[in-house]
Amino acid sequence: MTLLKLERVTRRFGGLLAVDAIDLNVEQGGVTAIIGPNGAGKTTLFHLISGFQTPNGGRIVFDGQDITGLPPDRIAAHGLIRTFQLVQLFRDLSAIENVKVGCHLRTRGGIVTALIRPKSARQTEAEVDATARELLAFVGLADHGALPASALTYGQQRLLEIARALAVRPKLLLLDEPAAGLNAEETKLLSATIRKIVTQGTTVLLIEHDMTLVMNTADKVAVLDFGAKIAEGTPRSVRDDPAVIAAYLGTAEAARA
Amino acid sequence: MPTSRSIISPERLPALAQALTPTLPWVIAAAILGYAFVVGGYLVTVLSFALIYAVFVTGLNLFMGYAGQVTFGHNAFAALSGYASAVLTSSYGWQPLGAFVAGMALALAVALLVGYPTLRLKGHYLAMATLAIGLIVYEVAVQWQAVTGGYMGISGIPPVGIGRFEIVSDRAQLTFLALMVVLATWSAIRLRSSRFGRALVAIAGSEDAARALGIDVAHYKLMAFLISAAYAALAGSLFVHVVGFVSPEVFGLHMVVLAFTMLYVGGIGTAAGPLIGAVIISLLPETFRALKDYQDLAYGAGLILLLIYAPKGLASLAELLPGRRRS
Repeated sequence: MTLLKLERVTRRFGGLLAVDAIDLNVEQGGVTAIIGPNGAGKTTLFHLISGFQTPNGGRIVFDGQDITGLPPDRIAAHGLIRTFQLVQLFRDLSAIENVKVGCHLRTRGGIVTALIRPKSARQTEAEVDATARELLAFVGLADHGALPASALTYGQQRLLEIARALAVRPKLLLLDEPAAGLNAEETKLLSATIRKIVTQGTTVLLIEHDMTLVMNTADKVAVLDFGAKIAEGTPRSVRDDPAVIAAYLGTAEAARA
Repeated sequence: MPTSRSIISPERLPALAQALTPTLPWVIAAAILGYAFVVGGYLVTVLSFALIYAVFVTGLNLFMGYAGQVTFGHNAFAALSGYASAVLTSSYGWQPLGAFVAGMALALAVALLVGYPTLRLKGHYLAMATLAIGLIVYEVAVQWQAVTGGYMGISGIPPVGIGRFEIVSDRAQLTFLALMVVLATWSAIRLRSSRFGRALVAIAGSEDAARALGIDVAHYKLMAFLISAAYAALAGSLFVHVVGFVSPEVFGLHMVVLAFTMLYVGGIGTAAGPLIGAVIISLLPETFRALKDYQDLAYGAGLILLLIYAPKGLASLAELLPGRRRS
């Protein structure tokens, strides 16, 4: 089943075609990676899918519903959750409270509930606490729950952001360069965590520069260059594709220069 | 500390200190109030004033400390409710409670009118809009003499009460105001430690991340704005009934400056900060009165020292004690 379907999605910035009529199908289950050189339009594509920017043309269908142009919070409510290239944590909050914020969409209650605090709300709050602890343990941060998010190492912050996104129980998790700024050891841990997420039934779509991560983690890879999709397939087939090699390394002459 | 060794084993001391330090600001505030209640006189007047401001600043803290937004015009909501209470009770003979409800409704209606369009915009439109509403309400209070009495204001406002029962004595008023502060602070703490409060602090932390997690940012900002306006309205009505007089100056820009000082000195974003800030800032000028000509100088120097050495406010000082340093 197709979970996410892009149909000729286009985004222009003035005269620049950042995303040029891209078609993409993300099937339910597994890890799909979008790769491409700097400026290929990967991040813009992510912004379009998650609602942080609106496309100039085309259609985005998620889980059978047209989400083109919806605001980010509405798209999140459909079960499509993203992380950010530069980690966007609530820095002053503790790690566990960061994850608790992720439970926002699947809990209820406003001002009156907060003030009266009925039994149902206390129960929900206990569940939220349990979920948050579970997810911290899942990403290996069980002992860091009480620390402020800003006190964690960069690698831990990445994992915390993923735990927070998982708290929403997304159908599709969008990871924006999750390995950026991580060392080899941390990247390995991240790769294992992503595979674990997939086995639990969440589909993952990620943008990545780090080829090791892509080759070890992705089931399917799409390659962008100058806003257009130039290749698609298994990691192995894409790696050997001449068009992809040219896009990354330039032609033989350009590479030598 | 050799003296404490006989009572508590040394290794347990940090744990105990850790458990007790968060209550420290409350204990200090309660002790000052208790002292004032016993001594009576002028100190009661000063602290009554402080407690009214504590209500106002608690609301401001919800919007500025928790949700991380900026407003320069919450004096407008205090003024709207304060004048409604004053006019309806003294000129039309309403009960204080009924007048307060009407004033609160008026303040919230205006807050909705200002907040709904501006809170949807990014940037500092709200700050500008609130500054404008503060100035407009002040100007109306000055010019609409038939109702507000202009610069002369309105006097002879009855004290708080229901039916024949009125709270007249200084000490009774202090007790009543302390109850109001307890209620206001309790509500703020409950709001903060809920799904609603988490959404607010998330917005303060990163609006993009909050949106990506499904939080309707504009909605929560508006709710926080309205709640803080409600606190301001409560403070405004309390003020006119306690003092028995209202004029435009009471709710002027001076009120915003004073409230900001209290919020930052007490500790923005902390639960105890508003009360501590309000009490300290109200007591400071009295403490320095003996210095006569140098009073303002000492007051200013005190503020600067505080902001340098306790940038998160007095309420955060407890965290600097040994034993809480670890994290």
